[in-house]
Amino acid sequence: MAEPLEIGSLQIRNVSKIFGTFKAVSDVSLNVQKGEFLTLLGPSGSGKTTLLMMLAGFLDVSEGDIALDGASIAGVPAEKRNFGMVFQGYALFPHMNVRDNIGYALSVRNRAVAEIEACVDEMLDLVQLQQFADRKPGQLSGGQQQRVALARALCFAPPVLLLDEPLGALDKKLRVEVQEQLKVIHRRIGTTFIYVTHDQEEALSMSDRIVIMRDGAIEQVGTPKELYERPKNKFTASFLGKSNFIHHNDKVYALRPEKIDLIVGVDHQDARMNGTVSSITYFGSMQRVIVDTKEGQKIEIDIDVWRNANEVKLGDAVDLLWADEAAVELQMG
Amino acid sequence: MQTFNRSIHPGWLIIAPLLVLVVTLYLGPIMNILWLSFTDPEPGLGNYAKLGESDALLRIVWTTVRICIVTTLFSVGLGYSIAYAMVHCDQRQKNYMLTLLLVSFWISILVRTFSWLMLLGRKGLVNGTLENIGLIAEPIAFMRNELGVLIGMIHYMIPYAVLPLLVSMQSIDTRIMDASRNLGASGSQSFLRIYLPLTLPGLVASTLLVFILSLGFYVTPAVLGGGKVLMVAEYISVQLLVTLKWGTAAMLAALMLFGVLAMLWLMSKFMKLSTVFGGTTR
Repeated sequence: MAEPLEIGSLQIRNVSKIFGTFKAVSDVSLNVQKGEFLTLLGPSGSGKTTLLMMLAGFLDVSEGDIALDGASIAGVPAEKRNFGMVFQGYALFPHMNVRDNIGYALSVRNRAVAEIEACVDEMLDLVQLQQFADRKPGQLSGGQQQRVALARALCFAPPVLLLDEPLGALDKKLRVEVQEQLKVIHRRIGTTFIYVTHDQEEALSMSDRIVIMRDGAIEQVGTPKELYERPKNKFTASFLGKSNFIHHNDKVYALRPEKIDLIVGVDHQDARMNGTVSSITYFGSMQRVIVDTKEGQKIEIDIDVWRNANEVKLGDAVDLLWADEAAVELQMG
Repeated sequence: MQTFNRSIHPGWLIIAPLLVLVVTLYLGPIMNILWLSFTDPEPGLGNYAKLGESDALLRIVWTTVRICIVTTLFSVGLGYSIAYAMVHCDQRQKNYMLTLLLVSFWISILVRTFSWLMLLGRKGLVNGTLENIGLIAEPIAFMRNELGVLIGMIHYMIPYAVLPLLVSMQSIDTRIMDASRNLGASGSQSFLRIYLPLTLPGLVASTLLVFILSLGFYVTPAVLGGGKVLMVAEYISVQLLVTLKWGTAAMLAALMLFGVLAMLWLMSKFMKLSTVFGGTTR
């Protein structure tokens, strides 16, 4: 598995999945680069898992085509696709120990025992589970099981690794830790990762590119920064981070809470809006202030506590300022 | 007295009446049978020695064991495929299948046994039809022989075989089978290396259940065997009611009891019995 992979780009062309009369995925087209960490992000029912299951070969494509490095794989059954997959809930084999779980893919390919052993050792090393090799999955913690699932899916050097909400069952602190490990492993092995999640923080912190999905279709594709800084519409702006929506001259603008300056006192010459403070919530690194404007809108502002000593109080009359480029014009709808 | 009281969990008080009932009404008579097997008609191992002396007795035991093994193999084999079909079809079909299974489960053994006689007897529906369309000249002997006993017993035992298997198959996460496919395993590899080992506790439970229940079969061999197939249970009844050799009857009953206990002991060498009866794998 050590040599860098020359394959692993995916072409998804006008793919749809229809269950009866329900279109779970509609007309999705997407090119995935070799070695890319791509995240499918969306609320439940957005079709992201259905799309992943079609990539894995567990679901047939109703319309369109999926190709690996240019060659169609739409008719190839799951067991012949050679895609690694980390399942939701891990789906480890409960009757086998960690070593046999990881070596399963090579073992069913009838590889030599020595080769399997070598690969399993390498994988145990990669996910740092050497001392647990002889345990059963039931004797491992959630985080350790997750790593076994990852090692099992990577042992046969798949060109593409599919991950279906792999961190969903972990608590928040562990999740952040495993996110880091996943990124390190991705950099080390250079396999194409396709990662499904509904957690926007996970998507922002790990991905090379994010695909935001809604109702079976792609809303927007881009790097985390592109999507955060230039959301296309209200859905993207509010699904990825928080946003205020400002209406001006029949246009809608998205305005991130941390990009607004707040000055106590009214009639500042550059003020865009003014109002009174109706709520202050302290989060440690910052505080979130809600201002009721004269127009009757509630604007959320994140203030860096360290640089702005506690000068804001409930009921204060304040001016709101922001730079022109902070407000992003959105498409309607 | 005080320390004695303290060491008893109060839960025992709740089940104490039940415990007394079980001991007096169940264990008591069993002990009595064991006692009888050693003491009637005279004290000693005389009843057990008969096994070595009498060919007829040994033949009855062998017939019983043979029929029980064949019944178990077929019931569990058919039960495995039925349970598999039930777990893997849609909910509506599953409900139909479960209803049919339970209906046959609830119908009296006597009714089911005589139905086979009507269906497969010399003048039964099948033989009659085959004769009328000219496929056979003489009726096929389905009944009044060992084949008839086997047909009746396997049919009766299938629901018992299916239910433990169903529970065991239902508890398997379908994603585990997906994972096996995804890792490149063919259908037969997935079955042999994942599905079969994971359903093994259910398979063992169902085998034990069917075999143990088959050992005590009385009505089916009596009716469908036509007097030619004598199994232990029927022989015991003859000894009790006709020849009044209670010692021999008690010896055979004790033998079956020991047989069952020995099987459970043997099985416990290979796996935890608690897993077989629904405990956790850990």
